[in-house]
Amino acid sequence: MIKANHQLDAKGFACPMPIVKTKKAITELEEGEVLEVLATDKGSKADLAAWASSVGHQYLGTVEDGDILYHYIRKGSNEPEVEKNFEHTVSLEEIESCNGLILDVREAAEYAFGHIDGAKSIPMGELESRLEELDKEEEIYVICRTGKRSDLAAQLLANNGFTKVYNVLPGMNEWNGNITKEV
Amino acid sequence: MTVNKWTAAKVARKVINKEELFILDVRNPDAFEDWKIEGHQFEYLNVPYFELLDGVEEILPKLPTDKDVLVVCAKEGSSVMVAEMLSEAGREVAYLEGGMKAWSSYLEPVKVADLENGGELYQFVRLGKGCLSYMVISEGEAAIIDAVRFTDVFTNFANEKGVKIKHVFDTHLHADHISGGRNIAASTGATYYLPPKDATDVVFDYTPLTDGLNVKIGSSQINVNALYSPGHTIGSTSFVVDHQFLLTGDILFIDSIGRPDLAGLAEDWVGDLRETLYSRYRELAEDLLVLPAHFMIIDELNGDGTVAKRLGDLFKENHGLNIEDEAEFRRTVTDNLPPQPNAYEQIRQVNMGKITPDNDEQTEMEIGPNRCAVR
Repeated sequence: MIKANHQLDAKGFACPMPIVKTKKAITELEEGEVLEVLATDKGSKADLAAWASSVGHQYLGTVEDGDILYHYIRKGSNEPEVEKNFEHTVSLEEIESCNGLILDVREAAEYAFGHIDGAKSIPMGELESRLEELDKEEEIYVICRTGKRSDLAAQLLANNGFTKVYNVLPGMNEWNGNITKEV
Repeated sequence: MTVNKWTAAKVARKVINKEELFILDVRNPDAFEDWKIEGHQFEYLNVPYFELLDGVEEILPKLPTDKDVLVVCAKEGSSVMVAEMLSEAGREVAYLEGGMKAWSSYLEPVKVADLENGGELYQFVRLGKGCLSYMVISEGEAAIIDAVRFTDVFTNFANEKGVKIKHVFDTHLHADHISGGRNIAASTGATYYLPPKDATDVVFDYTPLTDGLNVKIGSSQINVNALYSPGHTIGSTSFVVDHQFLLTGDILFIDSIGRPDLAGLAEDWVGDLRETLYSRYRELAEDLLVLPAHFMIIDELNGDGTVAKRLGDLFKENHGLNIEDEAEFRRTVTDNLPPQPNAYEQIRQVNMGKITPDNDEQTEMEIGPNRCAVR
């Protein structure tokens, strides 16, 4: 199962109800959280993706299991782009030839719908409590979707004694290489 | 303001009568781009319903007040919601009952001609999908050619006419829509014919439709005469009905010709297609009225709603019949082909009897325009 913060059951509802209900449900989420929408209306897939992009949410993907569609949407941010502070950065091209660990700090659902092969997943919100899973001697390349969360994650790691940390810019939204899916 | 409900039949009359209509299509833009209700005098506005959840004020100035406005979506639900919102904003609008799903499945029977001794030839125009089916009626009997999957339309029509369906033909193994032929034959006891070269993989019994097969409808002279005409598929067969009508299946259309690639063998079949269009058909009488199994664009409809044209006129006007150079012809029908029809591989499997999807799954497979032609 893909991990989500909230779940909405829209099974048995025909268009337009899956979207109407999703629109309402997503107001309950914090920015960056993931909503899982269960639906049986086949048309909900294309419509949810189009709706999400039109209102600034991130449509992650859909898993079909029998007649049920599991849609994943991450709530978008209305905040203006913040400046990235962490000074050690590398480009996407550079990490292809790097030997360290790629640490993907996006939500579990984002990771599941496509990540760089071999990348380790620790969502930003869990990072502080899972530091012992990481090796301070290893080079760590932190990546997210746009470079914003990975900037914060890199700072957090540096503050905890990790010295070989790099923020990968821009992030998965511009990654054109191979991706691995776990759906 | 009241919200009106229009049937697909009502919209069909607007198309055929070339009336004006303003369509507010609330499906998402991809779906609209791919496929919409076509009319000679129709205007369109496409705004997805999910952009109207907070209100319709923004689109009010774009909707005319001097002509009918019809709200259309995939299955009806969203169009009802938007129509009600427009109604509350003071506009009188209608929505399409059953949405594009109903439009895709609607058949309009149009009489092509009266035949001798009270016989009749009907064309069933599936406006939403561009499919054309035929029924030849004579002296209490009927033959059906290229029936689509809404079998009760044909059986009910035959009942109304008081005729018994005796013969059911498919000109070829269809790839763009699911045939109703086998089911009609099963429910009426009629004989179901398929070209054997298209039927090598089918898993049911059929009667071979071979070149020269001649079937009489009723006891007198109305006959249906098979003419082997490969190219769209290797088995594609045409019919000459009553010495006056040439049913071309997916080989020759009014404004285009068949594509040879839907069974994956374009290179092999292009020569057959050339031979059929440039040799076999040339030997036929130019006064035959061509009745194809599809139309692609609304301009192919005649004023009475039929899709039909004299063979001699097509020899003059149809681009696909006027490519002198064989190499150029080959390029035209094998390069730069339009996208293949939705789910065409699966549809072929259904028509071979290999898979039996339920009704909803069949509807999904047939979504979108037919794309059997190359212009």
